[in-house]
Amino acid sequence: MEQVQAPSHLAEAPARARSRWLAPLEPVSANTRLLLGLGFFALFVLVWAAFTLGGYVSPTFLASPMTMVKEGWLLFTEHNFIHDIGMTVWRVFGGFILASVIAVPLGIAMGAYKGVEAFFEPFVSFCRYLPASAFIPLLILWAGIGETQKVLVIFIGSVFQIVLMVAVTVGGARRDLVEAAYTLGAGDRGIITRVLIPGAAPGIAETLRLVLGWAWTYVIVAELIGSSSGIGHMITDSQALLNTGQIIFGIIIIGLIGLVSDFVFKAINRRLFAWSSI
Amino acid sequence: MSQLSIQGVSRTFDTGKGKRTQALLPVDFEVNDNDFVTILGPSGCGKSTLLRIVAGLERPSTGRALLDGRPVQGPGADRGMVFQSYTLFPWLTIAQNICFGLRERGMGAAEQKERSDYFMAKVGLRGFENHYPKQLSGGMQQRTAIARALANDPKILLLDEPFGALDNQTRVLMQELLLGIWESARKTVLFVTHDIDEAIFMANRVAVFSARPGRIKSDIAVNLPHPRHYTIKTSPEFMDLKARLTEEIRAEAMAADH
Repeated sequence: MEQVQAPSHLAEAPARARSRWLAPLEPVSANTRLLLGLGFFALFVLVWAAFTLGGYVSPTFLASPMTMVKEGWLLFTEHNFIHDIGMTVWRVFGGFILASVIAVPLGIAMGAYKGVEAFFEPFVSFCRYLPASAFIPLLILWAGIGETQKVLVIFIGSVFQIVLMVAVTVGGARRDLVEAAYTLGAGDRGIITRVLIPGAAPGIAETLRLVLGWAWTYVIVAELIGSSSGIGHMITDSQALLNTGQIIFGIIIIGLIGLVSDFVFKAINRRLFAWSSI
Repeated sequence: MSQLSIQGVSRTFDTGKGKRTQALLPVDFEVNDNDFVTILGPSGCGKSTLLRIVAGLERPSTGRALLDGRPVQGPGADRGMVFQSYTLFPWLTIAQNICFGLRERGMGAAEQKERSDYFMAKVGLRGFENHYPKQLSGGMQQRTAIARALANDPKILLLDEPFGALDNQTRVLMQELLLGIWESARKTVLFVTHDIDEAIFMANRVAVFSARPGRIKSDIAVNLPHPRHYTIKTSPEFMDLKARLTEEIRAEAMAADH
């Protein structure tokens, strides 16, 4: 009502400024964004500190933020935690890269050729629902408790997902671009290498980024069982010692590494496929 | 010698549950060397289907299309096509888009550049070599698509309502540009449109399509002199043709609507 009665633009401006915070879809500035994002982290730690330091929770079950930081420091200085981190990262990337090398070409073939898709798709869809963690006992039987087993868990968890998502991306290529390429003299090979693959590339990269995130959750499960190194192994060890500070520190490290790798992946994608975000 | 010959081409579509729709009745049609023929008809009359059959993107249910006496089997670089939708490859720059067909043919880089420079100048896009399609306006994108098709040096240029998505002012400028290119290069052109002014202004022959199922209802020669200037649109000859075509099309549009 106020806005209708307002005689000029000058009178309208303050009314808008007041309601801005509550207006749906109203963008916020970059600084506000950062501040709000960090704000929740701070609030979270504050509540955690209040509960633990205030004596509401027994230190046996939940360490305080300070204990957590102290334990974390000890992990690096006394327990060679950097080695565990290195092992975990190696396993994730080993399994993930192995899965990508096999899954991306297969997914492209399935997306491009309907016969190949009809052959593989039902089986891959079935395998996608098999939980990677349920394979751990079997993989231990087959491959022992060494690195092969860890890498295979990641591989099984990632490969089927990547195949299906890549196939869908490639199969969803714009038909009018394919037709245009045909009328420009492209052959079947040209259609795949010069239209389907470059057109699907940003989508494929996005799929890989997503699946890498999932691979992080599989690796910890793999390391919780029958392992002698890695972040997951450290967490199981700490559980036996009731050291909740170390457990939480391990979880936070996993989150941080995931965040950083995601950020790097996003930056690379943006750079490689600048055209798709114009 | 006649260049494009359409002989008894028809098309029926399966619409499921054993039903069939006839989109195109058997059409016989000739396009001569260096002709600029427009196919004018109401929307959904099957005129695009005919063009796509000539391009090799669809198969005729009966009959065949011959280009220089050789039957059309599938799409090929000898028939350049410009679509109504924007079909530039978004991951390629303007220059790379124009060179798409040349590269497919294995042409050397120097020759590719020479050709793309020539055609970019021809459609007024000099300086936009390294832009991506999304950075260009709709009119500029369609100009690139025309340059891309011409760079391949096709025997015939097929255009499927290429200016249909453009605003009126741009559309008129594009018509003049295409006509100018045709007047200097003398390509054989088959141009599908539902716009009467467009059909007359550029063509030396207008084929009027009936409502679905489509057939060629009349074939009208346009004997306006070349080079044509936009002012020709107000000349009595143009107005006479327009009046006649308006009558023809109006009956079909009403038939299509009922």
